Amino acid sequence: MAETSTEGTGTIEALQLVPKAEGRQSMKDFKSDQEVRWCPGCGDYAILAAVQGFMPELGLAKENIVFVSGIGCSSRFPYYMNTYGMHSIHGRAPAIATGLAASRRDLSVWVVTGDGDALSIGGNHLIHALRRNVNLKILLFNNRIYGLTKGQYSPTSEVGKITKSTPMGSLDAPFNPVSLAIGAEASFVARTVDSDRKHLTSVLREAAAHPGTALVEIYQNCNIFNDGAFDVLKDRQQAQEAVIRLEHGQPIRFGTDLSKGVVRDPATGDLKVVPVTPSNESQIVVHDAHSASPTTAFALSRLADPDTLHHTPIGVFRSVDRPVYDTQMADQLDAAIEQNGKGDLGALLAGGDTWTVVG
Amino acid sequence: MTSQVSSPAEQADEAVVGEQRKEAGAKDVRRLDRVIIRFAGDSGDGMQLTGDRFTSETASFGNDLSTLPNFPAEIRAPAGTLPGVSSFQLHFADHDILTPGDAPNVLVAMNPAALAANIADLPRGAEIIVNTDEFTKRAMQKVGYAASPLEDGSLDGYSLHPVPLTTLTVEALKDFDLSRKEAERSKNMFALGLLSWMYHRPTEGTEKFLRTKFAKKPQIAEANLAAYRAGWNFGETTEDFAVSYEIAPATKAFPVGTYRNISGNLALSYGLVTASRQADLPLFLGSYPITPASDILHELSRHKNFGVRTFQAEDEIAGIGAALGAAFGGSLAVTTTSGPGVALKSETIGLAVSLELPLLVIDIQRGGPSTGLPTKTEQADLLQAMFGRNGEAPVPIVAPRTPADCFDAALEAARIALTYRTPVMLLSDGYLANGSEPWRIPELDELPDLTVQFTQGPNHTLDDGTEVFWPYKRDPQTLARPWAVPGTPGLEHRIGGIEKEDGTGNISYAPANHDFMVRTRQAKIDGIDVPDVEVDDPHEARTLVLGWGSTYGPITAAVRRLRTAGESIAQAHLRHLNPFPRNLGTVLKAYDKVVIPEMNLGQLATLVRAKYLVDAHSYNQVNGMPFKAEQLATALKEAIDG
Repeated sequence: MAETSTEGTGTIEALQLVPKAEGRQSMKDFKSDQEVRWCPGCGDYAILAAVQGFMPELGLAKENIVFVSGIGCSSRFPYYMNTYGMHSIHGRAPAIATGLAASRRDLSVWVVTGDGDALSIGGNHLIHALRRNVNLKILLFNNRIYGLTKGQYSPTSEVGKITKSTPMGSLDAPFNPVSLAIGAEASFVARTVDSDRKHLTSVLREAAAHPGTALVEIYQNCNIFNDGAFDVLKDRQQAQEAVIRLEHGQPIRFGTDLSKGVVRDPATGDLKVVPVTPSNESQIVVHDAHSASPTTAFALSRLADPDTLHHTPIGVFRSVDRPVYDTQMADQLDAAIEQNGKGDLGALLAGGDTWTVVG
Repeated sequence: MTSQVSSPAEQADEAVVGEQRKEAGAKDVRRLDRVIIRFAGDSGDGMQLTGDRFTSETASFGNDLSTLPNFPAEIRAPAGTLPGVSSFQLHFADHDILTPGDAPNVLVAMNPAALAANIADLPRGAEIIVNTDEFTKRAMQKVGYAASPLEDGSLDGYSLHPVPLTTLTVEALKDFDLSRKEAERSKNMFALGLLSWMYHRPTEGTEKFLRTKFAKKPQIAEANLAAYRAGWNFGETTEDFAVSYEIAPATKAFPVGTYRNISGNLALSYGLVTASRQADLPLFLGSYPITPASDILHELSRHKNFGVRTFQAEDEIAGIGAALGAAFGGSLAVTTTSGPGVALKSETIGLAVSLELPLLVIDIQRGGPSTGLPTKTEQADLLQAMFGRNGEAPVPIVAPRTPADCFDAALEAARIALTYRTPVMLLSDGYLANGSEPWRIPELDELPDLTVQFTQGPNHTLDDGTEVFWPYKRDPQTLARPWAVPGTPGLEHRIGGIEKEDGTGNISYAPANHDFMVRTRQAKIDGIDVPDVEVDDPHEARTLVLGWGSTYGPITAAVRRLRTAGESIAQAHLRHLNPFPRNLGTVLKAYDKVVIPEMNLGQLATLVRAKYLVDAHSYNQVNGMPFKAEQLATALKEAIDG
């Protein structure tokens, strides 16, 4: 199991303005009184349990935690968290959360979204949240299908997918959410899997500690409309060859007995998977999540086959320090007061050119 | 030689007050009660700036005034063409006036296109100052003049002043180290200087303005000042301008107080900052640039030292989304836009209706549909504001009536939003946004108290005695729900766009509950406390003219004309479009005839007819321009007689 490094991010900076809980918290503190209404067997249950289980570790006052969601199965998530929450409208959660986070730096703001919500109707808000680097943690539940509308293909579905709306197979090429996020200047991008609670929790831990926008893609099984979509990554035997676990500072190796590795193709500069041999062992790429350049992280995101999911990297692709939007916004307010003094309403309304009418 | 007279006034005042003064060796000085000047030129000629400066000089002199900037949507349409003409009209007087005026007494035309585009608006006898340097054969052909209008007799009925503005400006700046092209750019300041001389405007303000504007380019500042002074001196020395005019300050028109000139968008921005202060809540603006609303974003972004956060979003939806998020967090949240933006925001407005959070949606209306006429005015978003959402999603609507009134309208919209926990639509328009007038600066202690109480603890006791927080347990008076912001311990709750159970706010699909919630949300808006509409009816008229929004000026001017002519007509003007004032039905039924002039095809008339079963008559104009008082007076006269 990859315990990804927190080096270079700093828990303190990301959460320093959020008040701490007074007593010890348990998972129970984060369960709301609402009945969970996902389909039995849905991957969302596992993610909910992982998040509820992880929250006490942060030790934040739960009244200072807010979950904001859009529309879709995953977006029911806030109802089940005993924190503040808003179930908003389709695709708009990042925009709403941006306003909240930018105006309330004492809050820990989380966005829960799905592949349709974040990448289709809300694609614009997602990319702009990422480039702005607002202090948001975005959990993107990717099940590669539309669940709540009962089974149409999604923007992450594989080409040729037969669904109710594509009886002859879907035509659109899918998004790779990690590639998209890196291309949108994201400062933190990770991928994990619903069923791997330990890995999921470790990624949440790093995301929470990251100052700025963190995008966590969570492969999530929809057992009704797209069952088994990620089996290749979950089946112990198949996963050996399919999953590449990224660990900062470690050579990128996987497969039975770590027999495969990722090297740079000297001809193209691209990454490729090769059998590890004594002669090429020294050339295996060492994962650097904190690299200033996104190039290698992007190349890693392209290793996965969009159809078979073979060579799917999981873990933190990229985690770099970049100015945080809400911090800078607050700094500008402070600077304005420093430069011009605290706003004087009487002086503002009077302006420069006035005249007086006397009785 | 000049034959300038005061044209038929808004209030049908006496014709020109012909008092003349002549000091030894000086030119004639005539006193006028009011003047309408229009500056017109190419988009790049600086006509808006020239108009703004003349307006500031006029305001500081103490005249009453009203302005009408009119410019194309293109930043720089092809030079010298009709679509590229930009103009600025200013009406100023020694008495209380209401509109920028129907027809200019003076046109300053910087090129043939400006003359061609505006000549039809000029009454015979008006003065025309043209820049003859621009009347080249090619420039005239471009706008369809086969022969020079300056020479073919077509302007015989006007008082024409041919002035080589460009040549004179370049000549005045010959000692500056400027290229001819650079020097030419100051010709608008020459024109401003000339007009400032003609109308005895104070010059200190413009001189200070130029020094400040070009503080980093002192040479350009001095060149503009030189051009400005040269224009003034030209007026004083040349024989072509034999007369100058005085328009006394409008001392009697104004109540005691300190005044400034203000545009609608500036007044609205100040209203928002003031509302934030009076509510003791931080102001958050989420907005996407759109004409004619962007100036509010620009203005508010300058006031960060008031704790104002401005967020330029990736689109209209994100603008209102961020504002709604900030509202959830306890900010006074605002989004500013125009009609196309409202269309994009409508789903989020619906969410705000469902969440019952305070939110100001400012719509600076422009010509529609679709992109329509971005820089022109219209009132055609009323029904969009009223009904433009899915489901039963009532939203209160307020509308300012004049540029300065945008300040008070912003405070009123904030009052309703904060008291009733609801999104509120404020419908201004391009005419109010860019137009300006004197504004009495309020004393801070006159401003309304808008403070709100966030909920701090449980508000409900369960049967077993447990104290809990119910996010949808309402105030019995206002039906407003509690506003409990994140960070308040013990009040953690979830809200959303799915129907909620009354009280608890939990998801509920129960039929009876939905019916109840729909009716309750409607009842909350219907029950908003709004003042009665006032009726101005000194003569017990049988006909009532009812208006809303920016038609206040032209309607009131038309009513004054009619009354001066001996007609009886009553006038009422609505600030509140939803809910209507309680007394509106009674008022409407007290008259034999109700006429509703609107810059749309009858949207208020539709609402009034539906709600009160009153046979209200529509009078409509949708040409992108405000009504003219004369035209309205004629229409109202027909209604009275008909």
